[in-house]
Amino acid sequence: MSAPDHAHPHGPVAHALGVVRRISAMIVKEFIQLRRDRVTFATMIMIPLLQLILFGYAINTTPRHLPTAVFAHENNEISRAILAALRNTAFFAFVREVQSADEAEHLIRAGDVLFFVEIPAGFERSLRRGEKPQLLVAADATDPVGSANALAALSGVVGTALARERFVDAAGAAAFEIVQHRRYNPAGTSQLNIVPGLLGTILTMTMLIFTALSVTREIERGTMESLLSMPIHPVEIMLGKIVPYVAVGILQAVLILSAGMILFGVPVEGSPWMLAAATLLFITTNLSIGYTFSTLAQNQLQAVQMSFMFFLPSILLSGFMFPFSGMPLWAQWVGEVLPLTHFLRMVRGILLKGSDFADLRGDAAALFALMLVAMGIAVARFRQTLD
Amino acid sequence: MMEAAASARMEPPPDVAISVEGLSKSFSGHMVVDHLTMRVMRGQIYGFLGPNGSGKTTTIRMLCGLLTPDSGEGTCLGMNIRTEARKIRERVGYMTQRFSLYQDLSVRENLEFVARVYGVPQPEKAATAALERLGLAGRGKQLAGSLSGGWKQRLALGACILPSPDLLLLDEPTAGVDPKARREFWAQIHDLAADGLTVLVSTHYMDEAERCHEIAYIAYGKLLAQGTVANVIAASGLSTWTVEVTGVEGHAAGQLVSSLSRSLSARPGVDMVAPFGTQLHISGRDAVALEAAIASFRGDPRLVFRKDAPTLEDVFIDLMGRSKDDLR
Repeated sequence: MSAPDHAHPHGPVAHALGVVRRISAMIVKEFIQLRRDRVTFATMIMIPLLQLILFGYAINTTPRHLPTAVFAHENNEISRAILAALRNTAFFAFVREVQSADEAEHLIRAGDVLFFVEIPAGFERSLRRGEKPQLLVAADATDPVGSANALAALSGVVGTALARERFVDAAGAAAFEIVQHRRYNPAGTSQLNIVPGLLGTILTMTMLIFTALSVTREIERGTMESLLSMPIHPVEIMLGKIVPYVAVGILQAVLILSAGMILFGVPVEGSPWMLAAATLLFITTNLSIGYTFSTLAQNQLQAVQMSFMFFLPSILLSGFMFPFSGMPLWAQWVGEVLPLTHFLRMVRGILLKGSDFADLRGDAAALFALMLVAMGIAVARFRQTLD
Repeated sequence: MMEAAASARMEPPPDVAISVEGLSKSFSGHMVVDHLTMRVMRGQIYGFLGPNGSGKTTTIRMLCGLLTPDSGEGTCLGMNIRTEARKIRERVGYMTQRFSLYQDLSVRENLEFVARVYGVPQPEKAATAALERLGLAGRGKQLAGSLSGGWKQRLALGACILPSPDLLLLDEPTAGVDPKARREFWAQIHDLAADGLTVLVSTHYMDEAERCHEIAYIAYGKLLAQGTVANVIAASGLSTWTVEVTGVEGHAAGQLVSSLSRSLSARPGVDMVAPFGTQLHISGRDAVALEAAIASFRGDPRLVFRKDAPTLEDVFIDLMGRSKDDLR
C-alpha cells in the first residue's frame, strides 16, 4: 500500500493542525464515553446540588435552640425576666426544669442538654441590694463552636433584660455591654461562608476523581495498549482528557453558585468575570492534579485512594472548616500548597468582600503554579511505553 | 564507533519490512526475549509461532515501540525501533491480543476515533467505507462491547487497516474465534498481502501457520526455526512413523493404543509419541534408532506401520522439548 499523504505532515502549520486534530479526537471520544456513563453523568449534576442543599442547610456554626436545663431557686419577676430574655435570643431552648445541681450535671454529662442555668436563692434581694449576685451558666464546651456564640450573647442579654425591668441601673448595665462587629456577614449567617467553601470542596472532589480514574481506566480496560500504539503524544492525550471535564466543572460551578444565590442569598460583591476566571483556573488545577494521580497509580483503586489522601487535608487545612490563621505555621505551609486554600481566599474575597485582582493576584499565581507543576509531573510520569 | 558500525550494518534493503538483530528483553530478571534475530520481507505474511509465554507478544510490542529492548537493534519499515517509534506508529497497525478498542463506544465511533487520530481525511466517510468493507454496515450504532468475539476481531482488524498502514502486527488475532470467522479472516489477510501490505501474525494454531508465506518458531524467548513450512519441516531432521490399530473395536482399541504409546515412549530412539484416535504418531531425531525401536512391534498383526512425513506440530513439539533440554 502506498503511503498516503495525510500521514506525513510538513511544516509548523500542518503540525499544529495535527495536534489540534488529535486533541479534538480525544475530546470527542471522552465526551461520548462520559455521555454513555449515565450514572457518572447524573452524579456530576446531582452531587453538587444535593451537597449544597444538604450542607448549606445542615452546617451551622451559630446554632440556635440549644437544649438548656434551668434550676431556679426562686420564681419571681427577675427570674422570669432573665429566662424570657435568654429564650428570646433563640440560642437557648429550655427543655428541662431541674431541682438540684446534681441533676443538671447529670443531664449535661449525658448530653441531654448543652447548657445549665442556675438562678440562686435570694438572687432578686441581692440584686436590689447591689451585692452583685452570681448567675451560673454551665455549658458543655466539648463543641466550642456550638457553645461559644450562645455564651457570648449571654451577659449582654441578661444585662439588657434586667435594665429593662428597671431592677438595675441602666447606665451600670451599659458598662457590661460587649461590642461585636461581624464584618461581611453581619448576621453571622453560616451559609455565606459555607457556600463558597462548598463550591471549592465539591469541585475539588469531583474534578480529582474524574481525571484520577481516566488513565488508570484505560490501562485496566486494556485500551491503553491500543492508544499508545497510535501516533498520539502524551500531552495530547492529557489535554484531550482534561478539556471535557473543564466543561463539566463549569457546569457544576454554575449550578452551585446559582443555587447558593437563590437558596441562601449569597452575594457576588466582586466582578463575575473574575469569579469565572478564578473558578476556571481552580477547575483546571484540580483536573491536572487528578490526572497526575492517574499517571502515578497502578489501578483505579489506588487512584481513588490518592484522591482521598489529597482531599482530606484540602478540607481540614484549607480554611474551609477551621480558620486558616488559627493553625500552627507548619500546617499553614501545608495549606499553602493546596489549591483549595487559594481558591477559598479568592472566592470568598470576590463573593463576599468585593476583592479585585490586585487583592487576589498572589493566590491566582499560586494556583497557576500548582497547575503547571501538576501537568509537568503528569507528562513526565506518563508511560509512553508498557515497560 | 560502535553506533556507526551498528547503523551501517542495520541499513536494510528497501524490500525488507522488519529486520531485527539480537533483540533481548527481560522482565524482573527473567529473559523473555533472548537475542532474537529475524527478517520479514515486504508483502509477506509472516507467521509467528510459539507456546504461551514464549515472547511473541513482547517481540511484537518491541517492534512497534511499546517496549524498549534491553539490547539489540532493529528497523521496522526502514525506521529505527529505538529512536523512531513515533514515526513507526503512523505506518503500523497493531492489533492487540486482548480487544483494546473502546467497549463503551459504538462501532462507528471507534472507527471515527481511529481515523481522526491518524489524520485520515474525512473521518466520517472513512468510517462508513470501513463499515461496509467489514460487513459491519448494519452494526455501526452497536456498542463495541456488545459484539460477539468474531465481530470484535473483525472490527479490531478493520480499525487497524483503516489508516492504510504498510505493516500489520497481529497478536493472536484468531484466539477464541470460530472456524468460519477464522477462515474469512485469513482470506482477508491474503487479500491485504496481495495489495502489498506486510503482515506479521502470531498464533498457536498449526493450520494457520500453514497459511503463512514464512514462519518463525519461538520458544522460551529464543527463535528455534525460521523459513517456509516445508523448509522448517525438512530442517527438523525428524522422522515419523504412523501406526494404525486395525481389527480391534471400541474400548479395546483405545486400550491398545494407550499401552502401545506407553511402551514405545520408553524405547530409546523414540522422542515423541502422540495419539490421534486409533493412530499413533511416533517421531525420533535419529531415523535408524527409531526404526530399531519399533522393529519388535511390527510383527503384531493388529498394527499397521507406515513411514510418514512429520507434521508442523510434531516439529514444534520436538523443538520445544529440545530447547527445554538445552536450558537444563
